[in-house]
Amino acid sequence: MNILIKGGRVLDPSRNLDADLDVLIEDGRVSQVGEKLKARGGETLDAAGLVVCPGFIDLHTHLREPGREDKETIATGTRSAAAGGFTAVCAMPNTEPVNDSAGITRAILERAAAEGVVRVWPIGAITKGSKGQELAEFGDLREAGCVAVSDDGRPVASSRMMRRALEYAKAFDLTVIDHCEEPGLTEGFAMNEGPVATWLGLRGYPPVAETIVVERDIHLAEITGGKVHIAHLSTAGAVDAVRRGKARGVRVTAEATPHHLLLTDQLVRDTEYDTSTKMNPPLRGDADRQAVVAGLADGTIDCIATDHAPHSVDDKKVEYDQAANGIVGLETAVALCLDRLVRPGLLELRQLVAALSTHPARVLGLPGGTLKPGSPGDVTVLDLERRFKVNPERFESKGRNTPFGSWQLTGRAVATIVGGRVAFQAR
Amino acid sequence: MSGFPHRHLLGIEALEPSDIQTILDTAASLKEILDRPIKKVPTLRGKTIVNLFYEASTRTRSSFEVAERVLSADSLSIATATSSATKGETLLDTVQNLEAMKPDMIILRHQSSGSPHFLARHVRPAIVNAGDGAHEHPTQALLDALTLREKKGRLKGLRVAIVGDILHSRVARSNLWLLSKMGADVVLCGPPTLLPPGIDALASVTHRIDEAVEGADAIMMLRIQRERMSGGYFSSTREFHIRFGLTEARAKRAKKDVVILHPGPMNRGVEIASEVADGPYSVILDQVTNGVAVRMAVLYLLLGGASEAES
Repeated sequence: MNILIKGGRVLDPSRNLDADLDVLIEDGRVSQVGEKLKARGGETLDAAGLVVCPGFIDLHTHLREPGREDKETIATGTRSAAAGGFTAVCAMPNTEPVNDSAGITRAILERAAAEGVVRVWPIGAITKGSKGQELAEFGDLREAGCVAVSDDGRPVASSRMMRRALEYAKAFDLTVIDHCEEPGLTEGFAMNEGPVATWLGLRGYPPVAETIVVERDIHLAEITGGKVHIAHLSTAGAVDAVRRGKARGVRVTAEATPHHLLLTDQLVRDTEYDTSTKMNPPLRGDADRQAVVAGLADGTIDCIATDHAPHSVDDKKVEYDQAANGIVGLETAVALCLDRLVRPGLLELRQLVAALSTHPARVLGLPGGTLKPGSPGDVTVLDLERRFKVNPERFESKGRNTPFGSWQLTGRAVATIVGGRVAFQAR
Repeated sequence: MSGFPHRHLLGIEALEPSDIQTILDTAASLKEILDRPIKKVPTLRGKTIVNLFYEASTRTRSSFEVAERVLSADSLSIATATSSATKGETLLDTVQNLEAMKPDMIILRHQSSGSPHFLARHVRPAIVNAGDGAHEHPTQALLDALTLREKKGRLKGLRVAIVGDILHSRVARSNLWLLSKMGADVVLCGPPTLLPPGIDALASVTHRIDEAVEGADAIMMLRIQRERMSGGYFSSTREFHIRFGLTEARAKRAKKDVVILHPGPMNRGVEIASEVADGPYSVILDQVTNGVAVRMAVLYLLLGGASEAES
């Protein structure tokens, strides 16, 4: 597929590039980035006044297929990704069945090839059935197309198993993504532990239950030489642990979600137990939130990831402690970060683009994250001035579970190009 | 109209001191009906109230039922063991079905904190919280306040010790809100395992019961559940009684005219010694009577005025 993206501000953190240039994509790959390029057949997209970035990659998406197609499918999930500006999503393995074997990985990739509108990079399970007992077949998973392993949603409780996973994964150059949670400290939790949970009478998840597992994983990565990526980091202690781990050369990377960057547990009280504020890890207190923002700004946290977790209305329209954990994020993440992090000056635009493209590609060794000629023709085009109101009823995702409904935001992705083909264009 | 500015009673937190005053004054004036030979007034005739109890309760449920009968409301009580909840029906489905029978009010006792707020968002009838998880139990705090006001003539400036399992207690939270709003001075006491994080923002906290009861005008003892031992919250009921229980000797450290409250059901010999529970300062049975008066006031204020005007 050919397309010429003309007259935009090209922002490519992988090459320290920030200039008004054209981008030409031919046969699905970036062929040239330069001035006054000419289209040789194919479409032209006028990007005057817009920002042209390497395609955004979400490291943390729950597509729910196979097994829970009532919540999301590969078709709806990838449409949702495109609408939010993502050209690729990494699909977490906690489907039904769990993606713990090559056959399931291949089935996901076949479905993605047939119905997906953005790239789908499957993540395999660390343990069979994500039960924490026996390692999954990492070699087979890698060969079938998995780009990492994770037991997301079911934290690896056993330190022994985590150690073995980090060691074994080295043979296949796989990164181990861990959902860091010490289950002994979080049993029955409904929200963050602290004054708000105390007032609401809800069981708390203390921030240290995350922090101590992050510390553990970093120490295990250090002695094994394995690569660990900390999923949805949400505490000041975890930021500190990653910062110290990186300083001494441990192969550790981390991601944070827009909701942990922008919201606090006070919202549970302000919304009087609205279940769209319930997720795992839970919204934290403001000191933790600010530490996560600071960790993103100083590079301790490499990536912004959505933890897109669609649920049906039935799973959320119940008592707070009975409600499912998770919110959808693909269609709000980029706009929220532009409006609430870049606009107030907490993060430079270049940093945001890196955290959404170059860094996620580097963390898992994925193609993309750059506009270097020869790279995949994946481009996200931003309009920093476009105003819009979040309307969950119009999401491409099947999930409506978001605490950001009715938020008025300025700035969003207006075009998503995957392999030179326009997967989404805002009207 | 009564001029009570709320449609529901979900918790004490949302009430203004003037609202609390109104409820207590109304309860005090309605209480007299309970001493009449014919304990019935037509105030809520034609109003339908559903008592929906998802947790076992003797005191609270019968107290609401008596209040409903005295005010001539038509009422219906549903306990979870006999309801469709046991067949897997969701709370909202159950309540929407009840709603279709056009009740004016639903009194809800439920183990999930926030469930009355959830219902208030989705159904039409007035919702009264009769205890939600570890969150609030507003009518309990109101009946405690009525009892204190009767015995002490005021709430402002009283020193009140609340002792026991604060962590799991909705009674403690509602009382803390109410007493703080009305200008009382609250001290909380229990083992650190049973004090929730951040609670010290609104009250002073101590782990020594002798300190807590020193000079107290009132002592409120909370129930200790034996199941908590397996969660590692305390070591034995024997040690709890010795270290945190209210004994006669300890009660003597309080003011001479101290009153001792307990929301029930009591564990004699654990959080409270029998001599204290049955002693002269115990107002535990006054609490029960005032429970009916306070619930009459709440029903009247949320449903009342209009129907009187019509009739």
